[in-house]
Amino acid sequence: MKVSELAAALDLKYVSGAQAQDREISGCYIGDLLSWVMGRALGGNVWITIMSNINIVAVASLTEAACVLLAENVVPDENVIKKAEMQDVIILSSGKTAYELAVKLYDITK
Amino acid sequence: MKYDFHLHSALSPCGDSDMTPNNIVGMAYVAGVEVIAITDHNTVGNVRAAQIAGEKLGIKVLAGMEIETAEEVHVLTIYPTLDIARQVGKIVYEHLPSVKNKPEIFGHQYYMNENDEIEGEEEKLLISPTTLSIEDVFNIVKDAGGFAAPAHIDRHSYSVLTNLGFIPEELNAEWIEISYRVDSVKEYMKSRPDLAKYKVLRNSDAHYLKDIAAREFHLPCEIEELFGK
Repeated sequence: MKVSELAAALDLKYVSGAQAQDREISGCYIGDLLSWVMGRALGGNVWITIMSNINIVAVASLTEAACVLLAENVVPDENVIKKAEMQDVIILSSGKTAYELAVKLYDITK
Repeated sequence: MKYDFHLHSALSPCGDSDMTPNNIVGMAYVAGVEVIAITDHNTVGNVRAAQIAGEKLGIKVLAGMEIETAEEVHVLTIYPTLDIARQVGKIVYEHLPSVKNKPEIFGHQYYMNENDEIEGEEEKLLISPTTLSIEDVFNIVKDAGGFAAPAHIDRHSYSVLTNLGFIPEELNAEWIEISYRVDSVKEYMKSRPDLAKYKVLRNSDAHYLKDIAAREFHLPCEIEELFGK
């Protein structure tokens, strides 16, 4: 499944990286402590978090997560969006909780 | 110069009620510490009393504050003057959520005078994250002329390394605090080569009298250099 299909199915908004929406997704990781995410998220994962600090861009790059999915309407600062655009990191946003997003993601990918 | 720049008074809910202005400076005096900073959570409310108490014993007391960022990272901050500390303290207070303290759960938050008398109690819970990002905190403190360093980076909670993975370059941080828990900074640095460029403060982070300056640390520079002078 592509990020674009995920975004359409879960009604997600693009915060950054819309140009890379053809990226393939595989699996999901949920976490807010970046030290944990760095060592545990896998390449291609949809990474669901409420952390919006600028370091999410580097962590998404490092883990090669397919995209960052910000839950509960978390909005990152402008400099985070800029950095994400520069590094081709897709950030998506939703008003739903991490749990609701994960359940829906499971439903559409099972 | 023996120092301890991370001390909680009875104003921090988690600080023991014995952490009164006179007890803190008295304990520092006994331990041979020449300069301390009072760094309560998100407040500078007990600094003045500790400064007056410190004058009597010849202990220099710097105004400080341990600020909690929106990412739940603790930042150790110290100020060249009490006035500046109060200005920053006001901003921090305005960005603290209006959650009431429950003393039976979190502990009391006592404002004290230089005679160790309780003058009042802070109602808002001081150990909450502010809505300020870590970048906001560094900018506010540094613009005011203060010192800011990610606190106890070796800890597993409220630490920049745990919560954010690494120190964001955007902070232009120069200093880090490594807690008393780490025996050898040299050994610790071997496990984190990315930290080699930072200057290091070591503090007790005492919440109880017995912990003040329990380990001896000497200031690696003049106090003024902390403020970039």
